[in-house]
Amino acid sequence: MRKRIVLDRRETVAAILRDRGEALVVTGLGSPSWDVFAAGDSPRNFYLWGAMGGAAMTGLGLALAQPRRRVLVVTGDGEMLMGLGSLASIAAQRVPNLAIVVIDNEHYGETGMQPTHTRGGADLAATAKALGISRSATLRTRAELARWIPRLYRERGPVFVAIKVKTDPVPLKLPPRDGTWLRSRFREALLGAAAHE
Amino acid sequence: MPKNSTPPRWPGEIHAELRAANVRQVAYVPDAGHSELIRLCHADRAMRAVTLTTEEEGVALAAGAWLGGERSVLLMQSSGVGNCINMLALPQECRMPFLALVTMRGEWGEFNPWQVPMGRRTEAALEAAGVNVFRTDDVERIAETVRAGIGLAFHSYRPVAVLIGQRVIGTKQFVKAD
Repeated sequence: MRKRIVLDRRETVAAILRDRGEALVVTGLGSPSWDVFAAGDSPRNFYLWGAMGGAAMTGLGLALAQPRRRVLVVTGDGEMLMGLGSLASIAAQRVPNLAIVVIDNEHYGETGMQPTHTRGGADLAATAKALGISRSATLRTRAELARWIPRLYRERGPVFVAIKVKTDPVPLKLPPRDGTWLRSRFREALLGAAAHE
Repeated sequence: MPKNSTPPRWPGEIHAELRAANVRQVAYVPDAGHSELIRLCHADRAMRAVTLTTEEEGVALAAGAWLGGERSVLLMQSSGVGNCINMLALPQECRMPFLALVTMRGEWGEFNPWQVPMGRRTEAALEAAGVNVFRTDDVERIAETVRAGIGLAFHSYRPVAVLIGQRVIGTKQFVKAD
């Protein structure tokens, strides 16, 4: 029987980002971008509005470039399914400062709530593990979430979690979508004057 | 390539250009034409070689690298260009540097017909996706072409692909010469 899903996506993302400190956050297109923005905008957030399948690899490039910063990728199940191979590429890099969080509602939320393959049984955390990311788990409860939040920031990466969340509608909260502004804001916050060299 | 020919100099020249430009992340899906350059980048402690499962991963990696203050390059063969098209919206829309070095297949004396459809359309596909294309078929001009690509990509924040003609690389031999 299908396990009951209890976690709310907005509360989940807000709980994760409450402890972010100086962490850098890359979001996958669609609802995860809205969730991260709703939890509180930051110049250290980079919201993708497209580039589907590319969130985790954007996080890898950033994590390799900034080995002293924690990098968090927050994306959705549909976006992650489009870039599954990137989990193998990330595992091969053994990048210690990268954590990937998949907010898994088992549906394509922006296009009419069509079920994704996670609804059909595809197990993202097991896939990540099989591709070489050993610190990998599926989270379903508040207790599991509370246990894993510190690990997202402190454990040697790469770390991967798929968090099962409800499909209940949430208020639309749209972040800025001008890519040139977002990238300049992000680089300025991270690199200071060197952002414009 | 004939058995007794001296190894080509251009992979070393490209490596020197990348090094001089402080390119730190080298992402690739391999091509035989890039094998020597890939070897040089793996051996270079100032560079991080990132093996990809598909080429568009390298487009996203380049965006993340540059957001974090590092330069990157994507090495691939022409067949990989088709895989990149939608992901190229990322550097395009954010006006970020993006540099790809593409070794061509499907043209000069190609043996494998399956390489021809993408090879014939590589340049047009890149242009259609908004990428600035520099092509060279002259082995003496590869280094300067790469240097020009580096300039446009990293100084003018533009997506650039440098195409290296199959005539330069040599046609892949499927049958042993001896």
